[in-house]
Amino acid sequence: MTKLQNLLKGLIKENPVLVLVLGTCPTLAISTSVTAAFGMGIAATVVLILSNMAISALRKVIPDTVRIPCYITVIAGFVTIVELVMEAYTYELYQSLGVYLALIVVNCIILGRAEMYANKHGVVDSAIDGLGMGLGFTLALCAMATIREILGAGTFCGMPIPWFNDNPIGILTMAPGGFFVFGCMIALVNKITKGKAITKKEFGCAACPGCGKVGSCSGKEEAAK
Amino acid sequence: MKTVLFVILTAAITNNYVLVKFLGICPFLGVSKKLDQATGMSIAVIFVEVLATAVTWPIYHLLLAGKVDFTYMETVVFILVIAALVQLVEIVLKRYIPSLHKALGVYLPLITTNCGVLGVTMNNISDGLNYGDSLLTALGCGLGFFMAMVIFSGVRSRVEDAEPPKSFEGLPITLVSASIVSLSFFGFSGVLDRLFGG
Repeated sequence: MTKLQNLLKGLIKENPVLVLVLGTCPTLAISTSVTAAFGMGIAATVVLILSNMAISALRKVIPDTVRIPCYITVIAGFVTIVELVMEAYTYELYQSLGVYLALIVVNCIILGRAEMYANKHGVVDSAIDGLGMGLGFTLALCAMATIREILGAGTFCGMPIPWFNDNPIGILTMAPGGFFVFGCMIALVNKITKGKAITKKEFGCAACPGCGKVGSCSGKEEAAK
Repeated sequence: MKTVLFVILTAAITNNYVLVKFLGICPFLGVSKKLDQATGMSIAVIFVEVLATAVTWPIYHLLLAGKVDFTYMETVVFILVIAALVQLVEIVLKRYIPSLHKALGVYLPLITTNCGVLGVTMNNISDGLNYGDSLLTALGCGLGFFMAMVIFSGVRSRVEDAEPPKSFEGLPITLVSASIVSLSFFGFSGVLDRLFGG
């Protein structure tokens, strides 16, 4: 796989939100406004690149049995740095993201990439993978926020849009609208890829590597009991 | 008594963590397929949320926000404390209460990084609640999670039998039905204020 393919796979083919279905919580919660979605995407991308690089560099040092706590510590450190930087320079955005900024720590995408990619590949590849996945996350988040903000509030990045502004579908900016738009977007991806992407993909706990039992998790837990 | 009930019900219903605040969606979508799994997971979540709050609140107020300001370490400290706590609970349960461990054991490691748990503890701090209210809110959030999981696993078993359009099969139709369940929770928003005189 060339470096370019490695970068592009995160954008479309393995889009973390729409195809791998990771990091659903911030996707649903933050996608009510495009500005917040963009800020969230960039913050997560920065954390993703840095943590991927650090974990990849440390992959031979970290013992296998305690790797998940180690990853979490590394990620939490970077999240704190990003938090402090945002608080200092983009205070409004920092406030609108609220607790979700800190919750990047438990974002499945970041732990997932650490577990699935960074601990098996070199530093440069991991950084590229992080960049691709982060941009894919930002792209999906912004696409969803665009739909919800234009239809739900009649604005785009806070600027009113004629006609839509007079006929907002308020429910789309609320929680039910989030689930609905997300469901429709995944259905659309299914339709475009003719179901190759995720049709009948089991959405088990395997999709959430945060569980710390990655690989051994996909429904086998119950069988092992 | 009235305020106790109000705090719990607000956290459980009007501010439902899953359906209104979007925290802990992964287990909500992942483990809600069967009722028994949904119940097991939810009980583990209630347990850990209350326990995590009981531990992190004093840590924050006594250690981090003490004479020297270490509050910026909140994220790092909380997630590590929760991870260690879950591990500890698992070991203790395994050793002393094997029956409970058998029921909850599978789900415990799953919730180390459940954003619901970290979210509850951090929200309690940022809302400036006192120790008692924090514990009650954590309990309420856990109960709300339990309720959402049980309701949704019921809805889901019906959805499994339905035949949606091909591209909606699987996750998309699950999300659309989650949207309708979430809509029903909005019906409660005014009720509580009326009941308790706001």
